[in-house]
Amino acid sequence: MTASSQNKNTNGSMEKPEILEGYNFAYLDDQTKRMIRRAILKAVAIPGYQVPFGSREMPLPFGWGTGGIQVTASIIGQDDILKVIDQGSDDTTNAVNIRNFFGKTAGVDTTEKTNKATVIQTRHRIPETPLSKDQILVYQVPIPEPLRWLEHRETETRKMHALAEYGVMHVGLYENIAHYGRVTTSYDYPVQVDDRYIMSPSPIPKFDNPKMDKMPALQLFGAGREKRIYAVPPFTKVKSLDFDDYPFTIESWEESCALCGSSNSFLDEVITDDEGTRMFVCSDSNFCKEQIEKLTNAPLVQNGDSS
Amino acid sequence: MYVAVKGGESAIRNSQQLLAEERRGDRNVEELTLDQIQNQMSLAVDRVMAEGSLYDKELAALAIKQSRGDLVEAIFLLRAYRTTLPRFGTTIPIETANMSIRRRISATFKDLPGGQVLGPSFDYTHRLLDFSLAANGDVPDAVEAEDAVDQNMPRVTDLLNNEGLIEEETTEDDSEPFDITRQSPKFPAERTARLQNLARGDEGFLLALAYSTQRGWGRNHPFAGEIRMGELSIEFIPDELGFPIEIGEITITECQMINQFKGSSEIPAQFTRGYGLSFGHNERKTMAMGIIDRALRARELDEQVQAPAQDEEFVLSHSCNVEASGFVQHLKLPHYVDFQSELVTVRALREAVNNDKPNEAEPIPGIVAAE
Repeated sequence: MTASSQNKNTNGSMEKPEILEGYNFAYLDDQTKRMIRRAILKAVAIPGYQVPFGSREMPLPFGWGTGGIQVTASIIGQDDILKVIDQGSDDTTNAVNIRNFFGKTAGVDTTEKTNKATVIQTRHRIPETPLSKDQILVYQVPIPEPLRWLEHRETETRKMHALAEYGVMHVGLYENIAHYGRVTTSYDYPVQVDDRYIMSPSPIPKFDNPKMDKMPALQLFGAGREKRIYAVPPFTKVKSLDFDDYPFTIESWEESCALCGSSNSFLDEVITDDEGTRMFVCSDSNFCKEQIEKLTNAPLVQNGDSS
Repeated sequence: MYVAVKGGESAIRNSQQLLAEERRGDRNVEELTLDQIQNQMSLAVDRVMAEGSLYDKELAALAIKQSRGDLVEAIFLLRAYRTTLPRFGTTIPIETANMSIRRRISATFKDLPGGQVLGPSFDYTHRLLDFSLAANGDVPDAVEAEDAVDQNMPRVTDLLNNEGLIEEETTEDDSEPFDITRQSPKFPAERTARLQNLARGDEGFLLALAYSTQRGWGRNHPFAGEIRMGELSIEFIPDELGFPIEIGEITITECQMINQFKGSSEIPAQFTRGYGLSFGHNERKTMAMGIIDRALRARELDEQVQAPAQDEEFVLSHSCNVEASGFVQHLKLPHYVDFQSELVTVRALREAVNNDKPNEAEPIPGIVAAE
């Protein structure tokens, strides 16, 4: 969202033909949007702190991105260009559903191109293409509480955050190393934001954690069912928890992407027959397409089978 | 070739059309009308209104039709619609002592002012399949009573209260009640928040929890002091008028549970209360709610919190079937990125172990251990 589009998102005029009749711009009523924007402002002011908010029932199920949808609905303006990805891809069912939802209720332009989007809603990935300061990344979060697996009571975890009492987290990592010889957490790997709050990065692979550090784009996190919003402001320090003698590491593959040849992107494994043959392809479908275009110097058809 | 994640958009469209066709079913069979659902599936409508927390029989019937009779799905539809409705204000609190009674029973007194009014209930039927219903639904008109139901129908708990045998229902408190539809939950929860949560909590979840207390998991010795069902008018004071006007009538079910007493050598013993209330005719739900409300008062009444039904963070955080259904079923969404991360980790762990035992080592394709 750019500054110019920020003021235009109340009761948007419904001139686009495909918009659903009878609903407010981007579904939520303006009072709800105001409440959510206040929560977002507080979240930005206290990086990594989980701000409770009066989450609403949305027409998509809880657990399917309602937090991200409410955040996006509250910040999106008519001039915004929206990209929605799930598992890195624009074409998975959940991404398609959410993109269509905003197409129908807000009539905003949508794109698959990472660098064209002003707002990117994501589930489980950060795009490979670096984001700029004019972009906002909205994460869908299932369980916002990074301490939940060690302490299941909200009354306790809130206290632990308030007192920055995070020893249990490091003990957990230590026990992990003692058992397995390494930290086995591979996604939703906890981070510490601005040297203060420990935060769940949402279930992104730890491969993506380093991208959060000093990211020029604003990162907003919405957990609808758990009724929490949190944020990492632009250019904020985000550190994955580790030890001096067991530094944080990310996944790597011997293979390169079978489609575009990229050797530095997150790869998904696709099983191609019943004899264990597999291929590795970029999880970020737009990045992959752009790499192929660079190789062939020719644009690919947007939605067609590209290979 | 690699097409697995492409073509999502048209596949979704086709799935939606197939769903619509399946919902309609055999086109030679007449289509259900909302009137039929409202009138002949009235208890389903009541449950959907209660847990959807929206009193609108027609919309509830529509939700049931649209969801093919999946009531949790219908509840979800109604809740999502509810989000879009503006809020004009708050009605005057209802007084259940004044309701037009259709059913009122007490399990604690054989007779009482106003009497026992059985009303419509499955309680006195034999659960035998009625094959005449399969042939045709004709039923004779029910017999009309000679006398009207007693207007004076005091609540059983009020009768006990006159003697001081039961605790006061609430302490006088003019503070705004918590609003679970507008605020995120806080723990420890106020009773207003707890009762709202239970009133729209999943019936099956509440039923099982209430049952668990009866089997010793947080026992609180309930008696069904009174269950009443009937109609109440809803009054609202518009700002521009400044006096109450009637804006409609709703059916509600109320259950007052009377539970084991508290007291000591200094404080005279008193029964304690558990309260259940629901839109529509929902006896099983309101009884379960009354038992759980009482179980959740454990801390307030200095009882040990030992069982799940007494643990408010456990009960209140997991009672909503819209949340539960969404989160359980979100596992159907793709997780292949997270799973890939796990694959990398598990392979690296296996490789590390195998490297320690060179004789048993197996080649692992494709993965460099993340060092």
